[in-house]
Parts: sequence; C-alpha cells; structure tokens
Amino acid sequence: MAGSRSIVEALLRVDDIEVVYDGAILAVSGVSLAVPQGGIIALLGANGAGKSTTLKAISGLVRASRAEISRGSIHFKGLASTQTQPSLLVQQGIVHVLEGRHVFPHLTVEENLQSGGFVRRPGRQSLQAGLERIYAWFPRLKEKRKVQAGYTSGGEQQMVAIGRALMTRPSLVLLDEPSMGLAPLIVEEIFEIVSQLNAKEGVSFLVAEQNIPVALKHAHYGYVLETGRVVLSGTAHELLQNNALQDAYLGKTQ
Amino acid sequence: MEFFLEVLIGGLLAGLMYSLVAIGFVLIYKASGVFNFAQGAMVLFAALTFVSLLERGVPFWGAFAVTLLSMLMLAWAIERMVLRPLVNRPPITLFMATLGLSYIIEGLAQTLWGAQVHGLDLGISDEPFEVAGLLLSQFDLFAAGTAGLLVLALSLLFNKTRVGISLRAVADDQLAALSIGIKLQKVWMIVWAVAGFVGLVAGLLWGARLGVQFSLSLIVLKALPVLIIGGFTSIGGAIVGGLIIGASEKLAEVYLGPVIGGGIENWFPYVLALLFLLVRPAGIFGERAIERV
Ligand SMILES: Nc1ncnc2c1ncn2[C@@H]1O[C@H](COP(=O)(O)OP(=O)(O)OP(=O)(O)O)[C@@H](O)[C@H]1O
Ligand SMILES: [Mg+2]
Repeated sequence: MAGSRSIVEALLRVDDIEVVYDGAILAVSGVSLAVPQGGIIALLGANGAGKSTTLKAISGLVRASRAEISRGSIHFKGLASTQTQPSLLVQQGIVHVLEGRHVFPHLTVEENLQSGGFVRRPGRQSLQAGLERIYAWFPRLKEKRKVQAGYTSGGEQQMVAIGRALMTRPSLVLLDEPSMGLAPLIVEEIFEIVSQLNAKEGVSFLVAEQNIPVALKHAHYGYVLETGRVVLSGTAHELLQNNALQDAYLGKTQ
Repeated sequence: MEFFLEVLIGGLLAGLMYSLVAIGFVLIYKASGVFNFAQGAMVLFAALTFVSLLERGVPFWGAFAVTLLSMLMLAWAIERMVLRPLVNRPPITLFMATLGLSYIIEGLAQTLWGAQVHGLDLGISDEPFEVAGLLLSQFDLFAAGTAGLLVLALSLLFNKTRVGISLRAVADDQLAALSIGIKLQKVWMIVWAVAGFVGLVAGLLWGARLGVQFSLSLIVLKALPVLIIGGFTSIGGAIVGGLIIGASEKLAEVYLGPVIGGGIENWFPYVLALLFLLVRPAGIFGERAIERV
C-alpha cells in the first residue's frame, strides 16, 4: 500500500514487517507505512492491533521486549535499521515515547529531561539551553522541575516523557498513545504542542492512538491497523469520511 | 554510663564496616536488580590481590592502583560473559549466576595468590584513643571516616554527574532508559566497577582487621541483616542498617551475653533482621514504588 504512494524522500519507510514475541506469538504481520519528512502520521487501531509493537520495531526496542522482526525491512533516512542498537537509532534521530509514559519516577522532572540530553554528549551550556527550550514548550514543567516525576500528574508525566524525548534532538518522534488516561482538555493541549513542534521545528511524528478523532484532527495522514495488519490508510480527511472506519472504531472509542 | 557509651560507639563504628560491604550490594541491586552474592568474593579478591602485591614489594599506591585496575577488569568480564548473555532472565537465574561467580572468583584468587593467611598492615595502630573521656579504637575511627568519605563521594557521583543520573534512570526504568539512548551495558559495567572499588575499600579495612584469608568472603553473611534492615536499594539505608546492627550486636554481647551465654554477636543480627522483616519488609529506607499514575 505504501509502495503505491510515491514518497520519494520518506524519512521513515517500513516495508512488510512481521514481529514475533517469544518466538511464537505473531503480533504484527505485513505492516508497511511511511513517514515523510515533516509529517504527522497517525497509527490507529483498537487494543492489541499491533500499534505499540510496530513502534517498538521502529525504535529497536522490540528486542528488549523479547520480540524480533522476523520479516521485512525498515529504513530510516535511507539506512536499513532493523539490526541497529536502540542507542544508535536515538543518535540518528528516532526517539520513542513509550505507552504509559514511563518517566523515571524517582528522578526529578529536571533530571528526567536532562537524561534525554546525554545521548548527544552536549556541553554544560548546551544541555542547559536544551532544558530552557523544553521549558519554553512546557512552562508547567519548569514550575515542577525539582519535584520527583513520580509525584506529578498524569498530564505532566506525559509532558515530561515528551520533553525528555525532545532533549535527544530527534527528527522523528514515535509517540505511543499520548492520550491514555488523560482528561480531554490535557489531551488537546498535548496534541496542540505536537502540532506546533511539527510546524515550527519540523519534527516529524508517528502517533499511535485509539482516540481517533483527536489523532486525525492533528495528523496529516493515517494508517489503520487490525490484528497486526494495515487494513486502511489515507489522508486524515479521507479517513474521517470513511464509513467503515466510522462504524468500526469511532463508535467503539467514543 | 561511660562503659555503655564506649560499647555503643564502638559498635556504631564497627557497624560502618558492615555498611561498606552492604553498599556494594545496594549499588548493583539498584541498577540491575541483581542480588550479587559474589560481592564478598570481590572483597576477598581485592584484599588478596592488594596484600600479595604489597608482599612482593610493590608500594602502597602502586598496589592500590593495580588492584583497582584488576577490579575494573573483573567488572568488565562479568558484564560481558555473565550478565549480558543472561539479560531478561528471571532474577533467580541471575542470583544463581552470581553464586557461581563467587566460587569462581574465590578459586581464581586462590590460584593466583595461594591460600595462606596474610596479615595486612595499613599503618593505623589499633591503640585505644581517648575522645572526651571515652576510649575508642583508632582503627575504628579511621574506618568510619573512610566509610563516610566513600558515601559522600558516591552521593556526589549519583546526584551531580551524568553517569549518576543515568545510573538512577536505569535503576528506575530500563526500557525508558533504552528509549532515550542510554546504553544499559555501559551503565551496568560502571556500576560493577564502582561496586568493585567499594569492595576494594572494604577489603582493605576488613583485611587489616581480620587478616586476609578466605573467611573474608563470609562477611557477605554480615551484610545480609544490614540489607534487610536498611533496604536493598538505599545507600543511606545501608549506613543506618550497619549502625543498628553494629551497635545492637555489641550491646547484646555485653549485656545479654552473660545472661544467655556468649557468642550472641554472631546470630543476634539475624534475630533483629527477622523482626524487621515482619514489621517492615522493605527495610527502613527501602524504596517504595511511587504509586501514582
Ligand atoms: N510482551 C509481549 N509478549 C507477548 N505478546 C505481546 C507482548 N506485547 C504485545 N503482545 C501481543 O502483540 C499483539 C499486539 O500488541 P500491541 O501492544 O502491539 O497492540 P496495541 O495496538 O499497542 O494495543 P493497545 O492499544 O492495547 O496498546 C497483541 O496480541 C499482544 O497480545
Ligand atoms: Mg499499545
């Protein structure tokens, strides 16, 4: 499906990948997708559809979850990346914001953010400048910077997780269910910041979501996963018009 | 009263020696969730290497440097050959691996340096020393000071440096650490190396106190109650746990000993530890998971 779209200079290209957990459980089979430079792409689907697994395949975190890519290929900036160590992928510009936020609970908000900067080995000043940039995007985090991240609210933790990821200076952010467990107002705030980051700094996003209306409001293009395969894809506008999607998912998630 | 204070303070100071061993455990447990039974063997290995070098005429700091280097190599080898292949295995597997390691390290030390008992003189006399009318052991004061410095250095390392923040990040959440490009293997190696350094310091002090011999690796068993009381994840806990164990075992020996019979010192810490287990399973300073999502 992605092949028929002529994205010549795709930032990320996933071709027909298959991912197996524990050598036996087939979680993703035959997913292909592309993220163009500067795009916000939505990866939609119900529980267990394979969204998180697809993102982990891209970020190289599959192996840490006892899974492997058993077929297909992934190219980031034109380089095959399925065999690359996660730390190297981060250096190359992919960062994964995990489902459920995964802040470091005993580290302060500021230490959480700093930790994201280490991979680039910045000098003291440049690390500080990086922090200020994140605080400009998320002013709320500045107020909480001395608080242990585990004691901040869910919305703040999501901001910490995104801010920490941005500290790696990524060109592509894999964002896994940012709306999970958050009030609609906070979700809207977070997606608004994602859109701004995309527009002003050119950061590309691949966002896995169950909350289809919010995701498609901010994404340019979307893929719909069902039991490990892409069943539908199109521009946000096309998907919003699509009756099958309306029936199958919007009904369920609303 | 004076006598009571002397016993108490003597016990507290001796307790810090237990803390030194316990800290080695805490470091590795915190960062990788591995209960490293081989910590005692590492203490022995360090002490034996150091004393053997001294006996061959190597000067103090030279021997210290070479021993430190060999501890770093040991850490590297353990990470490469044991931990990395066993990553993602259940904790009991890793525990068994470190149990095996402890015998291998002991055997290795014995093969390299022989099995006889060595005396180790750090040049600090064990003469009693008068402070505010109390007689205290000069050696104990020195050991306590060393432990204090070590803890200070570790807390600076953990709180003020990038390596330290990375270590705590890995201790909190390995997957998240991976996701932002932290290399787990590198962090584990550093932790083992730091634990090796702590083992070296503990080895020198314990070696000077008891003589360098194979029973040195058994101080693991003294560290256990300290860990149970202080918690497995807190350096502060290891210190407080050591103080509690040190003081209470000495007081028990002196005041309960005549009633119950001598040698309480050896098992009293376990009584205390078991009582703590019943009341506070995570230890005094054990990190409770922050439950707020
Ligand atoms: N660690 C794991 N071990 C074994 N199977 C797994 C593991 N993680 C996911 N799976 C399986 O892989 C399939 C896809 O799961 P995945 O988490 O990728 O879905 P998802 O679309 O992210 O779902 P959700 O919306 O619930 O997060 C599911 O059938 C799931 O049971
Ligand atoms: Mg998921």
